[in-house]
Amino acid sequence: MCLAIPAEVKKLLTENMAVVSIDGVSKEISVALIEDIAIGDYVIIHVGYALAKIDPQEARRTLELLRELSIEGQRASQ
Amino acid sequence: MKYADEFRDKAIALGLSKTIHAAADPERSYRFMEFCGGHTHAISRYGLEDILPSNVRMIHGPGCPVCVLPAGRIDMAIRLAERPDVILCVYGDLMRVPASQGASLLKAKAGGADIRMVYSTIDTIRIAEENPAREVVFFAIGFETTAPPTAVAVRLAEKKQLSNFSVFCNHVLTPPAMQNILESPDIGNIRHVEIDGFVGPGQVSTIIGTAPYGFFAEEFGKPVVIAGFEPLDMMHAILMLVGQVNEHRHEVENQYRRAVTRDGNLRAKEEISDIFELRDQFEWRGLGQVPYSGLKLKRAFAKYDAEVRFDMNELRVADNPACECGAILRGVKKPVDCKLFGTVCTPEMPVGSCMVSSEGACAAHWTYRRFRDQEQRGAS
Ligand code: SF4
Repeated sequence: MCLAIPAEVKKLLTENMAVVSIDGVSKEISVALIEDIAIGDYVIIHVGYALAKIDPQEARRTLELLRELSIEGQRASQ
Repeated sequence: MKYADEFRDKAIALGLSKTIHAAADPERSYRFMEFCGGHTHAISRYGLEDILPSNVRMIHGPGCPVCVLPAGRIDMAIRLAERPDVILCVYGDLMRVPASQGASLLKAKAGGADIRMVYSTIDTIRIAEENPAREVVFFAIGFETTAPPTAVAVRLAEKKQLSNFSVFCNHVLTPPAMQNILESPDIGNIRHVEIDGFVGPGQVSTIIGTAPYGFFAEEFGKPVVIAGFEPLDMMHAILMLVGQVNEHRHEVENQYRRAVTRDGNLRAKEEISDIFELRDQFEWRGLGQVPYSGLKLKRAFAKYDAEVRFDMNELRVADNPACECGAILRGVKKPVDCKLFGTVCTPEMPVGSCMVSSEGACAAHWTYRRFRDQEQRGAS
């Protein structure tokens, strides 16, 4: 039950609820724990609640770093 | 970007594996505990242990909320569910957890108790609204990630003036358990297991932030790297831990920057502190009584506290003596060290809690690794 699922916010509903899309599947979740939620945001879902927003810039930076580190390893092993 | 597949890229993972091989000093060993069940699951599912150097070993910690719940608390819930006026709402993972004498919530349900699986605490509120003549009790379990949703439900019940909703609270906190493990005598004892660093939980840290881990890094001189849940996140975190060990550093580093900040989710933390207070101690399976590690509802919310409302008695039961869950949760044994693993105990017929949830060490090993064990045995 701890698995983290990233999902995209598609629609905001009343009472702090929202519709998100998880790999194309729609699901209604609560955004009561998130401030300033907007359509198009990616959030991490857990037991029917969004727990955190994903920061797209940080995600990109981490991916770039991962690619660099990976190339370093490939070079080191040649 | 979808924030999932990109972090599962096999070519990058294999490159990272080489980077870790190059970084790890062959003269020493590295033992890292991943605290969180989600990490245990990812390691097994993606076979990460196969691409790590042999001197880098992952030790599975107690971060599976289902696994650490003592059997007595399940017995208490079953007793409650057997009352004809009660509807007990639970997260699905709990249904098969063995209680005393072969009982489980699943069996209690088959026996006629009204037990309903819910996906979210929002569902429990809906059920309470739909059944005004029944007592709807939410069996709340989990760490800092599930406590805020429980708090939101209590608030909703108050707002909607529901008089038939209450919570059987079993929420626990991560930092006290990590501390307990580091202070436990069999961990300190070098012959058993020594931990060189922690992969910090990702989800929990979205709530509590990176700040609370500073204590471990300083007090115990252990590096902590908070990691995301995808395989590349894990590999990255392991590389960062190897780096810290090599450089004799013990700091808190954040690999999961895309979701975790220093202070965490302030709104969620506020919900926790508004609704809950610390218990003096709480029992964990495998760790025993851990001081200030459990939450209960504040006195102001006592009418939503099922333990008060139904005058529930604390039940304590001993685990099956052959089950090694306790030692596995502390990282001193592996699933295959248990005599019952895969024979008497399987996910269909679990003896211990570690075999129930897919994040439990025994279940993860059974599902993803047992064939590999056989292959390795066959090859050697
Ligand atoms: S295999 Fe089953 S009995 Fe053995 S430690 Fe794991 S859960 Fe317990």
